[in-house]
Amino acid sequence: MADELTWKDLEVGNIITEAGNGSFRKTGDWRTERPILDKEKCIKCALCWIYCPDAAIKPSEEGYYEADLYYCKGCGICASICPAGAIKMIAEEEK
Amino acid sequence: METKTVRFGEKLVTTKEFLAEGHSFCIGCGEALAIRLAMKALGENVIMAMATGCDEVTTTPLPYTSWRIPWMHTLFENTAAEISGIEAGLKILVKKGRMPERDLICVAMGGDGATSDIGIQALSGAFERGHDFIYICLDNEAYMNTGIQRSSATPYGASTTTAPAGKFSMGQVTRKKNMAAIAAAHDIPYVATACPSYRFDLMKKVRKGAELKGPAYIHILSPCPTGWRYRSDLAIEIGQLAVQTGIFPLYEIEYGRYRLNADPPKLKPIEEYLKLQGRYRHLTGEQIQRIQEMVNEDYAKLKEKVAASPL
Repeated sequence: MADELTWKDLEVGNIITEAGNGSFRKTGDWRTERPILDKEKCIKCALCWIYCPDAAIKPSEEGYYEADLYYCKGCGICASICPAGAIKMIAEEEK
Repeated sequence: METKTVRFGEKLVTTKEFLAEGHSFCIGCGEALAIRLAMKALGENVIMAMATGCDEVTTTPLPYTSWRIPWMHTLFENTAAEISGIEAGLKILVKKGRMPERDLICVAMGGDGATSDIGIQALSGAFERGHDFIYICLDNEAYMNTGIQRSSATPYGASTTTAPAGKFSMGQVTRKKNMAAIAAAHDIPYVATACPSYRFDLMKKVRKGAELKGPAYIHILSPCPTGWRYRSDLAIEIGQLAVQTGIFPLYEIEYGRYRLNADPPKLKPIEEYLKLQGRYRHLTGEQIQRIQEMVNEDYAKLKEKVAASPL
């Protein structure tokens, strides 16, 4: 990765030719707490999805909204705004 | 490609993310949320120039980018100048037949430092020349990226690293520069203030600004957990309190007509907003009273303007 790159690998004008190529970056390892969704309480209102600053919450096939732990930084906004109290933050080391 | 949307009542919001996941904004950043929502409202037919700031360093560590749209980094001072050039360039390319005519939105984004301090001259020029672009100011009320130095958008009483609170000082002693009023003084078609806590209001205003011909200015309050010193899960609540206490009223000015978008029947006491944030922790009762008076005064002035505008 970064240590293998030199200036010779850069495009002229520092152009980045692939859009959104930064999305491989794993921000999930910043986390100290992670959100746990209680599907029985979830009312599928999608508030957590629209208020997630990291776009880490994704709609699933069943219509729930679940956090992608590869990106989730564990800020807790989803838990604090959930109107049904369906999201709980637990410490990262807890199972 | 099929576009998926999420439905909120009558509103449909795209699931496409134009600011890719995996950016390195701080945990619980209100600015990241504001950009994400604004981009959802703008869509993909966008050319963006962005000033240096949090939003630039966290999204584009060369050779990677978090943007899925054409995006250009500029300096603090010339964001508006650059977007003016892009807009004029597109126009001439279409005129000369080198490019088919298409609906492209020219967007410039900058922080409060890039907008109200360093880039204000270029911005004023671009407004005056009347380029068709939308300027979005992401106001986190200090230079957060370099370590919470005060800017002219830092509010009265806030503690920053270059205006620290202590024995001899109460932090920032000057008032916040009213950038939206400065933009409005250029008589541009559209000026609005927004806050990511009011998600649809923000998206509606960004869309409106992009669709109107001529310059538009959107001032977005972006709560910053690092600089404002609050718990990372409070961004939404703090944004709501900023509006409900009247310190950051949501309004829009369309062709000179003022309209309040959120008008609580009774403003909450300013203390509720201040006490959640560590940057105001040192304030005494007297100083809070002073801030309350300032807020009441500004809010009354704004209401007068709204009342004087024809419906």
